[in-house]
Amino acid sequence: MSSHQATAGHAPVDRTPVDPERRVSLAWEALASVDDPELPALSIVDLGLIRGVEPRPDGTLDIALSPTYVGCPATDVIRRDVERALENAGVGRFAVRQVLSPPWSSDWISAAGRRKLENYGIVPPERAASSMRDVLRTNRPVSCPRCQSPDTETLSEFGSTPCKALHRCRACLEPFEYFKCI
Amino acid sequence: MNELFRYVLRLGDLSLILGQRLGEWVGHAPALEEDLGLANIALDLVGQARLLLTYAGELEGRGRSEDDIAFLREHGEYLNAILAEQPNGDFGQSIVRQVLIDAFQLELYERMTSSTDERLAAFAAKSVKEVRYHLRYSGGWLVRLGDGTEESHARVQSALDRLWPYTVELFAEDDLDRLMADRGVAPRLSEVQAAWSARIDEILTAATLSRPKDRPHSWHGKRGQHSEHLGYILAEMQHLQRAYPGARW
Repeated sequence: MSSHQATAGHAPVDRTPVDPERRVSLAWEALASVDDPELPALSIVDLGLIRGVEPRPDGTLDIALSPTYVGCPATDVIRRDVERALENAGVGRFAVRQVLSPPWSSDWISAAGRRKLENYGIVPPERAASSMRDVLRTNRPVSCPRCQSPDTETLSEFGSTPCKALHRCRACLEPFEYFKCI
Repeated sequence: MNELFRYVLRLGDLSLILGQRLGEWVGHAPALEEDLGLANIALDLVGQARLLLTYAGELEGRGRSEDDIAFLREHGEYLNAILAEQPNGDFGQSIVRQVLIDAFQLELYERMTSSTDERLAAFAAKSVKEVRYHLRYSGGWLVRLGDGTEESHARVQSALDRLWPYTVELFAEDDLDRLMADRGVAPRLSEVQAAWSARIDEILTAATLSRPKDRPHSWHGKRGQHSEHLGYILAEMQHLQRAYPGARW
């Protein structure tokens, strides 16, 4: 956990809005501008990583942030980017808290986020991660994002990042990435 | 000594040491896809270790960080079952070790999601999702190698015969395991073993491999008695922190 004083290191003019609602909306705006370092097409809000923005009784803005994968190296980068964005937005004192429970799910990617993934050439995850118990057995067909052919194969369960698997289309022969359902 | 602290170290060290072992494959795997696969699993395992060792440090209450605990302990203070520290061998042997531990973590974590310890319950709910993908990867490879060529079959069968005896330690319940189960912190190991065994049988059957017989064991990595292999792992893993104390990224 880390706390930050937005005015630290700047001129001693406190620009912090007093209205808590205004601070919360400023924070959400700032967070929506933070891109995922590995998926620059998506913001961390699109990915559903921000679990809450709430003022505490002592005036600190509590930012609840979920990691996608526990070992994802982007987690530390995201945290730094979040802190920088909030400082720049002048939301006042805040603290970023890591939230593990409930665990982040690919179901939390917003509709806008799914569209952005698709436009970026990454097949969005299948919905209903609760059906993930079958992950050990079933290999559901994933359609090619370029030619839409369902005739595709899995090359590797682990792609360039922990959250993506590598597939290939047998029809157009292009490899593509699939955002794993978790 | 705080019992929960020791139990959390057991869990954390299993992930830490296996993650470090898998890391040795980076740049050496048989194909780029496997290099990425093994490295990604290693990352998840090190991520698990970070959460657990951070928690262990808090339980201990002496102000030690995850890094202090990971890098500045002595040989006998690591509490991983010694299956995790067994050498990589060939790709097949690493896959066999991975299947055995992935299936163990899967069955353990699934049951730990209802732990009376909130931190462990949250940890387990998060990590079990990742472990399912680990087993999907390792299990898939074991089936392909076992049910592959004569050569690949012979190699993974021999790796299975070599590593199987170490699995006994995973399920050998001692006072600490019993205490954790009594408190509802962890599931009974006998229950985990039954589920593990069924899952392993299913994979071995698909892989046309025969299951070795259980034998009594005398290994106690969970109590800090390790094979000589751990020393080499620690020499590499701890080198930077020992040579440059307090170095940070």
